[in-house]
Amino acid sequence: MGNKQTIFTDEQLDAYQVRHLQLHGRYHELAPHLVPMDYTKDPDCKLPLALIVNMPELKENPFRNRIVESFSEDGMGNLSFNEFVDMFSVLSEMAPRELKAIYAFKIYDFNVDNYLCKEDLEKTLNKLTKEELTPEEVELVCQKAIEEADLDGDNKLSFADFENMITRAPDFLR
Amino acid sequence: MSEGEMARLMEEVEEKKKLIATIRNKPWRMKRRLTHLKEAQQFVDKFEGALGKGKGRKWYAYKVMMTKKWIKFQRDFENFRTACIPWERKIKEVESHFGSSVASYFIFLRWMYGMNLVLFGFTFGLVVIPEVLMGLPYGSIPRKTVPRAEQATAQDYSVLMDFNGYCKYSVLFYGFYNNQRTIGLLKFRLPLSYLMVGIGTFGYSLMVVIRTMAKNADVGGGDGDEGEFTFAWKMFTSWDYLIGNSETADNKYASITTSFKESIVDEQENQKDENIHLRRFLRLLANVLITCSLGGSGYLIYFVVKRSQEFASRDDLSWYEKNELEIIMSLLGLVCPPLFETIAELEDYHPRIALKWQLGRIFALFLGNLYTFLFALFDEVNTKLEEEESIKNASIWAMKEYYANYTRLLNDTESTPPPMDPSDVIRGPCWETAVGVEFVKLTVSDIQVSYLTILIGDFARAVIVRFLNYCWCWDLEAGFPSYGEFDISGNVLGLVFNQGMIWMGAFYAPGLVGINVLRLLSSMYYQCWAVMATNVPHERVFKASKSNNFYMGLLLLILFLSLLPVVYTIMTLPPSFDCGPFSGKPKMFDVIMETIELDLPAFLGTLFSYAANPGLIIPAVLLMVLAIYYLNSVSEAYQNSNMELKKKMQMARDEEKNRRNNTDSTNQVMKDLEDLLPNRSLAPPAPPEPGQFTPQQLCSYVKCL
Repeated sequence: MGNKQTIFTDEQLDAYQVRHLQLHGRYHELAPHLVPMDYTKDPDCKLPLALIVNMPELKENPFRNRIVESFSEDGMGNLSFNEFVDMFSVLSEMAPRELKAIYAFKIYDFNVDNYLCKEDLEKTLNKLTKEELTPEEVELVCQKAIEEADLDGDNKLSFADFENMITRAPDFLR
Repeated sequence: MSEGEMARLMEEVEEKKKLIATIRNKPWRMKRRLTHLKEAQQFVDKFEGALGKGKGRKWYAYKVMMTKKWIKFQRDFENFRTACIPWERKIKEVESHFGSSVASYFIFLRWMYGMNLVLFGFTFGLVVIPEVLMGLPYGSIPRKTVPRAEQATAQDYSVLMDFNGYCKYSVLFYGFYNNQRTIGLLKFRLPLSYLMVGIGTFGYSLMVVIRTMAKNADVGGGDGDEGEFTFAWKMFTSWDYLIGNSETADNKYASITTSFKESIVDEQENQKDENIHLRRFLRLLANVLITCSLGGSGYLIYFVVKRSQEFASRDDLSWYEKNELEIIMSLLGLVCPPLFETIAELEDYHPRIALKWQLGRIFALFLGNLYTFLFALFDEVNTKLEEEESIKNASIWAMKEYYANYTRLLNDTESTPPPMDPSDVIRGPCWETAVGVEFVKLTVSDIQVSYLTILIGDFARAVIVRFLNYCWCWDLEAGFPSYGEFDISGNVLGLVFNQGMIWMGAFYAPGLVGINVLRLLSSMYYQCWAVMATNVPHERVFKASKSNNFYMGLLLLILFLSLLPVVYTIMTLPPSFDCGPFSGKPKMFDVIMETIELDLPAFLGTLFSYAANPGLIIPAVLLMVLAIYYLNSVSEAYQNSNMELKKKMQMARDEEKNRRNNTDSTNQVMKDLEDLLPNRSLAPPAPPEPGQFTPQQLCSYVKCL
């Protein structure tokens, strides 16, 4: 109970409206010497990618690097505490579907050009199957995926194509 | 402040409040969100005070907290419910290694276990327990006692294995139950309960099977949508972001890879095209061969049944001759399915369709076996019924003799003689218990055969291949015999027929359901272990059909087929005169008549007699037929309109694509129409007219349906 006052001011807590203190605890234990205990003055500290992808929730995820990169402002994967909170709130179950769709698109966009082109899909597939499929199979799957979802015929998936396809998916929430 | 200004201010405050509520949904960076939030909140604070609604914020915060708590509670409850589903992790493991079709067998097994558990609860709670607690104990009346002649051997292991001796005169079988109308303090009506539980078993099973079929049809009904985005969905939504365990992750990778391979196989099958005539000829040949073998097996069973009827009259039987019928039936069940599979290679179907054909053929085989068995049993029942007549007279005669002897010895005609010792009374043949014994024996031998098959066919084979490979001339693992693949069709049908036997036998042997529950439980662990330890995944991995309705359809068919014999015996055959809860009545369902007369108020009796009037029943049946017809045509109409809308959506989408690319329309009809135009101009096709639907409108339209 007592610690609340020394980490965040009341206003800050109200503003966030999430399970703030636990997240701060997790953030802190990733790098105890880097992260200050006192956040009342909005300090500016960022944790590098390598520390964050070792968290148990992300460790086994094949897209962990992309996830962290898409939430970091500098695109290199260094997360300040605000971005850290952002990431977990989008990944949580309470985030709405549209928001998840937006971030999912960003995650799968490996070359960050706002389109899911064939190379992006190939990289996604190889990460998913740990490169167990033969190159012909990879080619076939990516080809079929683009065929299925591409609405405007430019051989890559824009956000509109992606959103149209993903909102119909029965198990897109986790 | 003027009215207009107040109104405008209120509007702005509402807007800011909405922003605060939805700020989480916006994909902004955290800093931007925080600044906007601060702004909005300051604005609301300042002006809400002015508008006199200062308390609103606290109430809002409280509401938000309660909503969050409620959501959390719901989520925890869902998690708890999912965690209670048994064997989920085991099945997921099997699924990740062997694909969804093998896993679907285990899911089916688990579902059967659930249904059997409920049936067991009914039977045990409403029939067995009351008889045990409130009925007369063992040895008090003739039907509950082992006859004097058999008492010497009643405890022998071989006799118990045959379900004679103490087993026969226990709660396991029909004959044990007394026909007292009410028993115990609670006046529990056991015969009525027995009949109701027997019929309720079928009713409950029917309800559960149909409900599952309807649910499956619902899920698998969106066929158009399903096929639309297969690969895209697989790629983007198959990873489970909640996985944190490395072994689970490995399993998930394996299952994703398998699932991609399945879809690739599906896709390639669609693209193959071959010589049609050769295929047709081969398929015809295969069907002819299989019909021949089915006919052969039918004749073999008929022959063996005739022989066993001859054997019944002899006494000096070897072990083989005693059990010949069961051995031949099990052998047929073991040998024919692989035979069918080898012949089916001629047909070259898609694996999923080939599986369905295989299932259909094995079904025909097992059905023939089962019904032949039933006819044999029926013959036996008729013999016993004839026997009963003579024994009834003999037992009454023996009773009179006993009393005569007693009075003669004591020279005292006034005191009532004590009743005869229960084990001395002459017993009728009690055909119901005999039928129950037959079913229990069949079930037990079925269990033994299937477990032995797994042990020898899979486990011993795997061990031999593994260890002899070091010192053998050819590679055992790659060539013959290699490791076994899991035989889905054989196992599913075994399960379905086993359940059919349980349904048939449960009326005559209440303990059979309990035996089945134990069997399914041990089967789950045993087969999971066997599959993971000794089987390899199929060479061609294919997806089980999304709707398991094929298995459910088979189960429904078997349910009806097993309902028939039981209902027939309840309605037409007279119950034995000295055993079971219906003894002494002319027909078994007379219990219901008795209950209506004696227990229910008088007007209900007259009501039932009116309801049983054919003049009322025939119109009711007609009405039901009409209702079915109407519902059928309505659902057909809906399906047609669905198809039309889907086609329209597809067309609209194609047009969009081509409009962007500025090429000719891909719609063949439009192309033909264009060709028919007098001067074929080179102008690009006109954009769609305003009257047509946009894709979003179509979507919302379909959703309303």
